[in-house]
Amino acid sequence: MKEKLLDIRDEYLSFFTPAGEIKALNGVSFSMDEGEVLGIVGESGSGKSVTAYSIMGLTAYPGRLVSGSIRFNGHEVEKMSEKELRKMRGNEVSIIFQDPMTSLNPVYTIGNQIEEVILLHTDKTREEAKKRAKELLELVGINEPERRLKQYPHELSGGMRQRVMISIALACEPKLLIADEPTTALDVTIQAQILELMKELRSKLDMSIIMITHDLGVVASMCEKIAVMYAGHIVEYGTADEIFYEPGHEYTKGLIKSIPKLNSSEPERLVPIEGQPVDLLNPPKGCPFAPRCGSCMKICLREMPEKTELSETHYSYCWLHRKAEFEKGGGAE
Amino acid sequence: MNGQDILVEVQHLQQYFPAGGHGKNKRFVKAVDDVSFAIKKGETLGLVGESGCGKTTVGRTMLRLYEPTDGRIIYDGKIIFDSGKCPLKNDDGSDMTDGNGKPVLGKKTAVDMLPYRRRMQIVFQDPYASLDPRMTIGDIVGEAIDIHRSAGSKKERRDRIISLLECVGLNSEHANRYPHEFSGGQRQRVGIARALAADPQFIVCDEPVSALDVSIQAQVVNMFEDLQQEMGLTYLFIAHDLSVVKHISNRIGVMYLGKMVELADSFELIAHSVHPYTKSLISAIPVADPNTARAAKRITLQGDVPSPLNPPSGCRFRTRCPYADEICAGECPQMKEVSAGHWAACHHLDKVDY
Repeated sequence: MKEKLLDIRDEYLSFFTPAGEIKALNGVSFSMDEGEVLGIVGESGSGKSVTAYSIMGLTAYPGRLVSGSIRFNGHEVEKMSEKELRKMRGNEVSIIFQDPMTSLNPVYTIGNQIEEVILLHTDKTREEAKKRAKELLELVGINEPERRLKQYPHELSGGMRQRVMISIALACEPKLLIADEPTTALDVTIQAQILELMKELRSKLDMSIIMITHDLGVVASMCEKIAVMYAGHIVEYGTADEIFYEPGHEYTKGLIKSIPKLNSSEPERLVPIEGQPVDLLNPPKGCPFAPRCGSCMKICLREMPEKTELSETHYSYCWLHRKAEFEKGGGAE
Repeated sequence: MNGQDILVEVQHLQQYFPAGGHGKNKRFVKAVDDVSFAIKKGETLGLVGESGCGKTTVGRTMLRLYEPTDGRIIYDGKIIFDSGKCPLKNDDGSDMTDGNGKPVLGKKTAVDMLPYRRRMQIVFQDPYASLDPRMTIGDIVGEAIDIHRSAGSKKERRDRIISLLECVGLNSEHANRYPHEFSGGQRQRVGIARALAADPQFIVCDEPVSALDVSIQAQVVNMFEDLQQEMGLTYLFIAHDLSVVKHISNRIGVMYLGKMVELADSFELIAHSVHPYTKSLISAIPVADPNTARAAKRITLQGDVPSPLNPPSGCRFRTRCPYADEICAGECPQMKEVSAGHWAACHHLDKVDY
């Protein structure tokens, strides 16, 4: 069998803070094929960024992988030395950070920052690197690339800076591009430009993308597969159509219901998910979503639900899928 | 619109911020330039636009948190600010002129705001930065009660604080805690309780849900609606998320680079927008529905918003507009009524067709 591009199994990751252990990831498993676009959605603190950073070995102190394995392109990421990691980062996996204002170095020119990546990872000469940098800026749709190369980040607008970030990420043609909320800091019209650009680049360069976002609208237009995260668990995973049209988990359903619809023609009331987000310092026993769930059963408060396969590509962790069984057997109540 | 129902109105509002330079070279950021609108009692007016379009400045200037550069603000029939440099308006919205066609100017006015602060309040965008970390929730909410001396005794003050907290879905035990002990959604509730403490009629909601997660956002939006029903509040709801604004507002104003470009009933605006900027704004919103998203044809605007330090001549949108021509460069379009209650400012309304 062909090896998956990315294979994460049962990843547990915690931050050991003075206040106690914060369990950021509690058994995350998923895999990705080459050329796939995966969307990870969830609220702040659900562990979506932590998952992505751990793929690059970028877990910040005091965070530590407790157990589980991350295999990228046939290598165990947590067993790689710092030197090997450096080789991989930017070359095979690249990341676009959320805030284009702070992720570029203000004291170096744009050209300098793009060339740095190329010089570090390839044996191109300075001249060749410059030429490549110019090509990259053209690729991401920046006009007058010659002039831009000599400019500093503060001379560019937010959308422009995000384009530069993308060109840096693409400099070595990575197999996997991680986009961590790439458009959250941007205005809608600029967001539309960047999303169009990413779609276009993906078909041109044939790479895999992990798109991290809290905006269901962004994943709907970009992604084939979607993973929904809540409190460090992937609670539901499936194709875009399955997630939007046949959601299995109560959290996913709640999320879809709580966004206001733009094209409705009558005033309607929003259906929010009640309660507050989980406190990761003392997560609830059983299903993490149970305290906010409208159809919570007794078993939900006691035990973490098991994986239920709803189709070949679609699974979710919720006891409700087995409610009928419980009612027949009467065991769980 | 009948003058009787109007709670708050701005006319020719202008707000320039100095941005360096001296004498002749003095430069200004033209944050808000000649904006006029009125809000009826019990109504919610939404303001949308990209960052830097001046929507927050409009909200803050209406409360005179900034002193307007020019224009007139009328609250409940009384002029609370008048620069004395802009023409008065007739009932139909046109500028008042005397017999010789010269505009009739207002009288320069700037009233003491304290009595109006009770009636006009604001909820800020960032629930992390707008609460004093060294004050308890009770004191934050109670501050307005102290300033306006609206409680007769300590017990009355405390009861009032608790009833306000209950109003926004918190309870009495929260009163002795500090802001850092709360999540974003809860903090925003505290911000709302603080605004309600003065017992206002009009609240400027400045991006109150932008910093919140979707599931919490819906809770807060519903709460705004409930409070409006119970207390008969009037809102100016500012946000960049058009779907949220459409959900909560009766009417929506769209701003671009300091100018109002379109103003209409919210359903009308989404379904039958006429201004090219509004149209592209609506089409840029990612729809949370894969089939629609795949089928949708986006109108992607080219380029970025120009700098408000040096806005384009004539129509501000012309540098990104597919319909722009010489007229747009030469002359600034005025608001025209397209259909009843639907206003737009564009020279080529008849041509716009996507």
